[in-house]
Amino acid sequence: MLTPLLVFNENGIYCEAADVYIDPWRPVNKAIISHSHADHSRWGHKQYITHHTNIPIIKHRLGEINVSGKSYDETFTINNVKFSLHPAGHIIGSSQIRVEHKGEVWVFTGDYKIEDDGISQVFEPVKCHTFITECTFGLPPFKWEPQELVFNNINTWWDTNKSEGKTSVLFGYSLGKAQRLLKHLDSSIGKIYTHGAIENMTEVIRPMIDLPDTTLITKETKKTDLLGHIVLAPPSAHGSTWIRKMVPYVTASASGWMTFRGARRRRAIDKGFVLSDHCDWQGLLTAIKATEAHKIICTHGYTDIFSRYLREQGYDARTEKTQYEGELTDSEVDKADGGKS
Amino acid sequence: MKLFAELIKTLDSTNKTNLKVEALASYFKKAENVDKVWTIAILSHRRPPRPINTTVLRSWAAELANIPLWLFEESYHIVGDLAETIALVVPASNESTQKPLSQFLKEFITLKKKDDQEKKSYVLENWSKLNYYERFVFTKLITGGFRIGVSQKLMTRALSKATEIDEDILAYKLMGNWDPDTITFEDLILRERPEDFLSKPYPFYLAYAIEEEVSGLGNVKEWSIEYKWDGIRAQVIIRNKELFVWSRGEELVTDKYPEFRQFVEEIPNGTVLDGEILPFPEGAIGTFNDLQTRIGRKTISKTLLAKTPVILKVYDILEWEEKDIRTSTYLERRKILEKLFLQYNNHNTGSNKNTLQLSERISLETWKDVAEERAKSREICSEGLMLKRNDAIYKVGRKKGDWWKWKVDPLTIDAVLTYAMRGHGRRSNLFTDYTFALWNRENTELVTFAKAYSGLTDAEFKQVDSWIKKNTLERFGPVRSVTPELVFEIAFEGIAFSKRHKSGIATRFPRILRWRQDKKIEEANTLEDLKAMIPSSK
Repeated sequence: MLTPLLVFNENGIYCEAADVYIDPWRPVNKAIISHSHADHSRWGHKQYITHHTNIPIIKHRLGEINVSGKSYDETFTINNVKFSLHPAGHIIGSSQIRVEHKGEVWVFTGDYKIEDDGISQVFEPVKCHTFITECTFGLPPFKWEPQELVFNNINTWWDTNKSEGKTSVLFGYSLGKAQRLLKHLDSSIGKIYTHGAIENMTEVIRPMIDLPDTTLITKETKKTDLLGHIVLAPPSAHGSTWIRKMVPYVTASASGWMTFRGARRRRAIDKGFVLSDHCDWQGLLTAIKATEAHKIICTHGYTDIFSRYLREQGYDARTEKTQYEGELTDSEVDKADGGKS
Repeated sequence: MKLFAELIKTLDSTNKTNLKVEALASYFKKAENVDKVWTIAILSHRRPPRPINTTVLRSWAAELANIPLWLFEESYHIVGDLAETIALVVPASNESTQKPLSQFLKEFITLKKKDDQEKKSYVLENWSKLNYYERFVFTKLITGGFRIGVSQKLMTRALSKATEIDEDILAYKLMGNWDPDTITFEDLILRERPEDFLSKPYPFYLAYAIEEEVSGLGNVKEWSIEYKWDGIRAQVIIRNKELFVWSRGEELVTDKYPEFRQFVEEIPNGTVLDGEILPFPEGAIGTFNDLQTRIGRKTISKTLLAKTPVILKVYDILEWEEKDIRTSTYLERRKILEKLFLQYNNHNTGSNKNTLQLSERISLETWKDVAEERAKSREICSEGLMLKRNDAIYKVGRKKGDWWKWKVDPLTIDAVLTYAMRGHGRRSNLFTDYTFALWNRENTELVTFAKAYSGLTDAEFKQVDSWIKKNTLERFGPVRSVTPELVFEIAFEGIAFSKRHKSGIATRFPRILRWRQDKKIEEANTLEDLKAMIPSSK
């Protein structure tokens, strides 16, 4: 039997014909990286290939590594296998990875969303035979509202807190979500303060996109300075002494998991905004259809349920075990900031 | 409905009691009277009967969402709440309703009698016309109670805040049978009635668990020893030929215990007793399991009444001859109580005599004797001992010093985690409901013996949840079997043989005491070890 173009082994997703890995979870010689979230871009590979835009980000995360950059739609060949990167719309610098060999085309999505978030390069459907997709939110209850509505709600919430003399604390991951929030916050309401992790990451991204000014919270920052303003913090800061010093404050989280009433209550967050950098149920189905692929491989999220549904719809769909953290809910973020939501 | 949905949303979004009371009080100030009556009814479990069964609701929701039923069910297991799942999967609408809450509930009453086709078009029309939160509340009203942490007590407090009527009086007004469909807010709440004041209870005096050595309490002679019973702590009031029974949660439960009606004839007016409601099947005090069949029932059938009658075990007397005697010493009050029982027993020779029982004072000479008595507690279905200082007055609330409870230690056993299920509400989407097993006689097979949901910290739950996701063997709907690997120490209060359990044994209030990360599964206990814990007298 012919070896499939891509196989899932103990190190990651492997292309034997090219001797190269895609988003491997163990150290390898050559790795093509979709984006810089920790579960997709690990430390220790000898050679990294990723999108140009992602290079400063991945270096910020992993330090000095041997990395080469590619543009979207630029085809590069390794041992007669053709590779190219295509926008995934997940976070800034995120790519889908297209692999072509002897007329057969596979596409690996990494993480993706189809909505234009205003800061990431917009997702582009790529025609292929086999589509390797995430399905973090591959369940019908997940339905995103257009982000304009969500940001209106976030800004209204901030304004209301301000009128009540309180500080607004908004949680989002330091890479991706934080900049997306930042881009759409209405800075006419007040100042935007940041936690160190978010400030550092934002500094890296600032040269690439136009973002409002932020003020880093330091030891010298007085809590009275913060009143009425908004603080962007990573989820791991929730419940920390760092936050408690900001009294009186109200908290909110922006994540796809906020769909569930239970998720918000479990973390004792005052307000939940449903905002995700992944596809919702319908988004996944739309994206899959657009690829015209017949074979679908689900890597992380509600894989068993989602692939069963796809099979019923006539696809040749299956699940592969990976170490991507599809079920990264609020219960897991504490140990994995730099993850996603 | 709009206002009610907003209220539920606010209640749902906070776990601070004060904010809940505030939200409710402001609702009670703003809402129409007829809606207020319905809100009170809903929050005190007086909803009209369910007009539509949930099976058809599920299939209609799946149909409207254009997904197969199995996918709806999977979604439900993950969301953890049926109404929430429905509200999420059906196509979104951002319309809002002007229809008042009361009208929806009146429609539900008539809907119950209609055929499935009419029911379906009614429900589908509403789903497509309501916004997300209204849709959720609408479906919740059809399917069942709101788990939003609002007890009747909390609601009463808010109502008191909004109306400036005393809480205890409101609690009395809200008891009994009233029909939200016909009664007015004026009649239910506002109209003053002299009898409202009759029911007023005293605050309970509650004991702390003793943590130090009992010998540190001084001379044993200065203390009275009683059994600690495992039932419902209650206050029984007889005033003006009327009976009122209050539970410790300060809920009026008079109607739930018709056995106590006879007290009106047998106990003089102006008497308030403090005691424990206990199950008394087959002429002896039963276990809390027996009592559970009575709790939560609004109406008590004759069969149930005959099978599981209750008694009142009287600990104390707080009012006598219409006078508050709480500042008398324990011994003085006890003397009055004994006099009352003498009269009661002289006048009452019927078969109902057992319904009122005096809590025994055990006379013991040394603390060692006390300890020995405590060790025997489980054999008589008692939870341990109560230690009360002879010269103590009856205080208010939980106070240290004069009253101590000295419960028997829970039984414990090391068991293996075998199955896990996602929790509900606050714990939805997190595996927090566990099934535990013990080894069979040959040590070859693990046999399920108990389920437990509590006892781990949030951090431990997260850790175990993440372990479960990585160590799943098989999935059965919401349940997953996991690799037998983790050992937990399970504590429980009581134990008895049971035909309903696969293991043949039922445990009372099993919970996780700790995660034995130091133990391998081979070191877990066996079913035989568990059986050896069953008291021989039972």
